[in-house]
Amino acid sequence: MIIEGMAIVNEGCTACGACVDLCPVEAISLDLDEIPTDETDEYCDVWVWLETRDNRLEGVGLELLGIGRELADIKQEKLVGILLGSKLEGLAEKAISHGADRVWCITDPALEHYENGAYTAALTELINQEKPAIVLLGATPDGRDLAPRVAARLQTGLTADCTGLAIELETGNLLQTRPAFGGNIMATIITPHHRPQMATVRPQIMKARPADAARTGEILDYPFESGAWALTRILSQEDTQKQVNLEQADIIVAGGRGADGPEGLQLLQELATTLGGTLAVSRAPVEEGWIAPDYQVGQTGKTVAPRLYIACGISGTIQHLVGIQGADIVVAINRDPKAPIFQAADYGLVGDLFEIVPLLITKIRKIQKQRHQ
Amino acid sequence: MRWIVCIKQVPDTTEIRIDSRTNNLVREGIASIMNPYDCHALEAALQLRDQHGGQVTVVTMGPSQAEECLRDALAMGADEAVLLSDPAFRGADTLATSYTLAAAIRRLAPVQLIFCGKQAIDGDTAQVGPELAEWLGLPHIAGVEYLVVKANNITARREAESEYYLVEANLPALVTISRTMNEPRLPSVWGRLRANRTPITVWTGEDLDIDPNRIGLAGSPTRVKRIFYPQHQRQTQIRQGNAEQLSNWLVKTLAEERLL
Ligand SMILES: Cc1cc2nc3c(=O)[nH]c(=O)nc-3n(C[C@H](O)[C@H](O)[C@H](O)COP(=O)(O)OP(=O)(O)OC[C@H]3O[C@@H](n4cnc5c(N)ncnc54)[C@H](O)[C@@H]3O)c2cc1C
Ligand SMILES: Cc1cc2nc3c(=O)[nH]c(=O)nc-3n(C[C@H](O)[C@H](O)[C@H](O)COP(=O)(O)OP(=O)(O)OC[C@H]3O[C@@H](n4cnc5c(N)ncnc54)[C@H](O)[C@@H]3O)c2cc1C
Repeated sequence: MIIEGMAIVNEGCTACGACVDLCPVEAISLDLDEIPTDETDEYCDVWVWLETRDNRLEGVGLELLGIGRELADIKQEKLVGILLGSKLEGLAEKAISHGADRVWCITDPALEHYENGAYTAALTELINQEKPAIVLLGATPDGRDLAPRVAARLQTGLTADCTGLAIELETGNLLQTRPAFGGNIMATIITPHHRPQMATVRPQIMKARPADAARTGEILDYPFESGAWALTRILSQEDTQKQVNLEQADIIVAGGRGADGPEGLQLLQELATTLGGTLAVSRAPVEEGWIAPDYQVGQTGKTVAPRLYIACGISGTIQHLVGIQGADIVVAINRDPKAPIFQAADYGLVGDLFEIVPLLITKIRKIQKQRHQ
Repeated sequence: MRWIVCIKQVPDTTEIRIDSRTNNLVREGIASIMNPYDCHALEAALQLRDQHGGQVTVVTMGPSQAEECLRDALAMGADEAVLLSDPAFRGADTLATSYTLAAAIRRLAPVQLIFCGKQAIDGDTAQVGPELAEWLGLPHIAGVEYLVVKANNITARREAESEYYLVEANLPALVTISRTMNEPRLPSVWGRLRANRTPITVWTGEDLDIDPNRIGLAGSPTRVKRIFYPQHQRQTQIRQGNAEQLSNWLVKTLAEERLL
């Protein structure tokens, strides 16, 4: 491992290889005793699992089609969407309009709700049959439940929660980049000798392509034999009653410990409303009991991708910042000029939020009023 | 009957800071701890043992220093501890890790229920639990925050994207535990004393029925090709001044960015 820029090879070595890159005199080498397999050549095409909920496509599927299209174009291979469910009408066409060349559908009553046994059986069978080179799933609760089960059954590698995907030109390998250590480091992972190369991809990072109704593609039904595939039984389903939908918000005003209580958050809510946006928070206000956990952004909260994110009284720890990487513009208001949030912001205002925010509300309202006249 | 808890020793990543000068991780003096999620998994197992009987066995794969987190688990009340330690286990990705854990758990059979943390705070993959269940051919329920155990089955609540599922599975099974499930107990002084007296079982590859091509680096399909530090790609403009000046500047900027 690398500590303070120095390579340390000790008992805790995970053979991550970071030391090899670092050594100036090539004194360190990694003996990876790689088992050569030429079987990888048989595998071709880029697959994405199109997650559905209540027979509707989840947004993450369209994002996967966006990045999948880019990868397939580089490799000059097909982009294939996989649909599993009990009623899939119209979904394959939608996937094609967003970039798929082909869509495989498995329709079965046992696939109505996500159940890891049945979904693993269906997806594994299709992969064994068709031999894709790359399989991508959303890093959603269900995607992160399904992918490891499938990868272990196929005995292949799986890279978790990727935020970057690319093709290594010399080898054709998928370069899978992901945060680890709570977002403190980034790692690029490859699966050189096993196929398919599997990855889960963090939602809200990849961009979906706009629908193009003129695109054409192939829709195929796979005859999956229903069987005793289920490993678990779903007894009931209960909505979490989300009051907020931060993932879809265009403008977010977020408050941290510096908001100093529910009244401070009320002030920020007012700014959010003025801007036509939504309120969010760091973990501190949730821990203080000022607001429900649904509003939390970060590693253990929501990952957001608004056009504008205004962080008020948030120090900007890494656990918070990993949630806002996808934001277009980040504004930070903090009275401590050394707060790390400023390094992650486009515009930083060093000052007291209780003085600045009320003025912002007044001035923005004034502009909005002028526009209406 | 055994309740198995898989625990991992991790660096306390919340203490890790980036040195803004060198842009490197500052890891000096960072303590090694039991993965926080695993404390919740252990607490869940301890409660079930107290309710239903049996014994709690904690298992970790790691270097010899990982014994520390086994001692912590014993101090919290675990009955026995197994350390899987062998230079050949090094460099394992999640597939090889779960394969090795599966071989150890087979040796500990019969087991009732296997507990993992939902994820480890260093590797952050949340893959070892479901992969372990697959190697053992058992059902799994991931991200559990409520659990009831009956004679032959469990009922658990798992949080999905926008709903909760109440899910049932036959025993034996595997669950991965979310941090909202419970409040882990603190080790008592008596527990610490007992932990120091309890022998720890150490197994190497020789003690397990395993294929040497499936463990450690050799058994790992994934390779870490490169590690780097996240770059904040934003060109920060910072302003100081009074509230009037600052708010004027921001309103003007937002208007220019067409955000008003
Ligand atoms: C495993 C784990 C997961 C976590 N997950 C998350 C997560 O998902 N999301 C998350 O946010 N955190 C998360 N955290 C917590 C995180 O480490 C921080 O503790 C938290 O983000 C701090 O919140 P904060 O910035 O609001 O508070 P603080 O760090 O206390 O910062 C408050 C800031 O407000 C400023 N301030 C105070 N008063 C004013 C004022 N009047 N005007 C302007 N500025 C003011 C201060 O200068 C300071 O910078 C996690 C931690 C752990 C260990
Ligand atoms: C930077 C970096 C990135 C990595 N990315 C990947 C990747 O994308 N894919 C991949 O396959 N591997 C990856 N690895 C390797 C992976 O971290 C190790 O295989 C690790 O042993 C297990 O993964 P985890 O820490 O993510 O555990 P998780 O799967 O998050 O752990 C979940 C639970 O499994 C149990 N558990 C995990 N490890 C052990 C253990 N050693 N002993 C006992 N119980 C355990 C614990 O109950 C834990 O709470 C990466 C390693 C590094 C250093």
